[in-house]
Amino acid sequence: MRTALLTIALLLALCFGLITWLQPRREARIDKLEPGSSTLASLLGDGRQFVSDYFYTEADVYFHSGYYPSVFDQARKQEEADSDVSHPEEGSEQEEKGFMGEPLDWIDRFSRHFLPSRHTHLPGEKVREILPWLKLSAELDPHNIRAYLVADYWLRNRLHQSQEAEDFVRDGLKYNPRSPDLLFALGQIYLEDRKEYPRAKNLFLAALKCWHERDDSKPEKSDNGGDVKDYFLLENIFDGLVQTEISAGDFNQALDYMKQLKTIAADPAAVQKRIDELEAQIKSQPPHQN
Amino acid sequence: MNKIFAVASVVIRELYRRKDFYVLFILTVLITGLMWLMNFFHDQQIIRFIKEICLVLIWISALVIAVTTAARQIPAERESRTIFPLLAKPISRWQVLVGKFLGCWLATGMALLVFYVFFALVSASREHTLRFDAYSQALWLHWQMLGIVIAMAMLGSVALSTPAANMTMVFVITLGILLMGGFLHKVAQGMTEPAASIVTAIYFIIPHLELFNVNELIIHDWPIVPWLDLLIATFYGLAYTAIFLIGACLVFRRKALN
Repeated sequence: MRTALLTIALLLALCFGLITWLQPRREARIDKLEPGSSTLASLLGDGRQFVSDYFYTEADVYFHSGYYPSVFDQARKQEEADSDVSHPEEGSEQEEKGFMGEPLDWIDRFSRHFLPSRHTHLPGEKVREILPWLKLSAELDPHNIRAYLVADYWLRNRLHQSQEAEDFVRDGLKYNPRSPDLLFALGQIYLEDRKEYPRAKNLFLAALKCWHERDDSKPEKSDNGGDVKDYFLLENIFDGLVQTEISAGDFNQALDYMKQLKTIAADPAAVQKRIDELEAQIKSQPPHQN
Repeated sequence: MNKIFAVASVVIRELYRRKDFYVLFILTVLITGLMWLMNFFHDQQIIRFIKEICLVLIWISALVIAVTTAARQIPAERESRTIFPLLAKPISRWQVLVGKFLGCWLATGMALLVFYVFFALVSASREHTLRFDAYSQALWLHWQMLGIVIAMAMLGSVALSTPAANMTMVFVITLGILLMGGFLHKVAQGMTEPAASIVTAIYFIIPHLELFNVNELIIHDWPIVPWLDLLIATFYGLAYTAIFLIGACLVFRRKALN
């Protein structure tokens, strides 16, 4: 008995020693094959994008506290939307009843007492509950930019965890160094939270450069739902640059960016109004302040 | 009734002697513990994600315990030939079957109680509140659902040739109903005849096990189910349990045991 126990102890020690030697080599090998890939991601292989998307959707499910259409409800809604083409007056009425619509039978009606059946959004700091899914989604597919951006938004705006948001966006930039969305998000952190204007400006300029690299070759419009130029992001980048320059006191440079913003803005009249206001401000300033 | 309880008590003793429950419970505790230790953005108040994982593990474990226990009862008695001395006593076949069912159902209920106490502790560790009414409802409905599944497995154990075939069949049917049962009528709407009528008929015939799943309500802190609805769901569950049990008794009454 004693010999058997000693043998087991010896074997356990041997296994422990071996695993401390093997594990770092295994991880280095995986990292060599696919840089930045986690063990879970390696295990799932190509299926990880699917799982990543599922986790991203799960974050949205949590945001709605479980009140979320299933694939069958979505299919039904699509059918109803199609039929709205011929009966538009019925469409608006059905929309008000939520994705569930009228119960189809007594089982359907009864089952709704056992499910979330009201459209709500997570209030206040409870929004933290969606974060694990976003983190897992990004871990499985580090190129899922949306996961970084949504987590960054809630971390900064609702939870006031600017440092965590910065760390997460930087993680995203490790895998997507030329993503204009992530560069812009990091720029916003430096502009609004850190008030470090020179760094914010550099990040917005890098975002602008990467936007042109990514989107210049894309079409303005697409009939088949393909990728198009992301003018919304471009507007935001210019707006970030304007804010940075105004905060740093360089109004002429801000005016220059505003003029560029006007050429691509969805509402040029609103931008023109801001230009006029800024020009008036510049004129009212003593010359040395410009 | 005493005879039924005597058979049931043997089944309960068998469950706590077997290792299935302990292994599954320890696995649930370990995995939930690992999730609890995970760090998401240095936030120690995230709980819904952990509650979901814990409940999924509880549902899987309870289903495995219920089906494997119920599906083995009669075949094991037949294989070891202990069914003959059992039936030689003044006890009828239906009493044996109902006793076996009751034993499995009560044993699963006890296991379920331990699982839900663990779930309540995990939940309370971060929420600092104990939603006793909501967790009691979840436990009760879950137990009713398992009653239907156990009765289905009892029917399978007397109707099908091997326990493995029975277990596979019950697992597939149960998971199928849990995942798809509530949507069959919607699927039928997009079908052509006669497939639409067949799918609709299946929708109304099957026991809607998904009615007994209130996980979404307790994960996302929704108000509890109205008590009247809980009562109706209980009767609905008991009715299907009775249907499967009566079916099993009818098959077992004429079954050759050798």
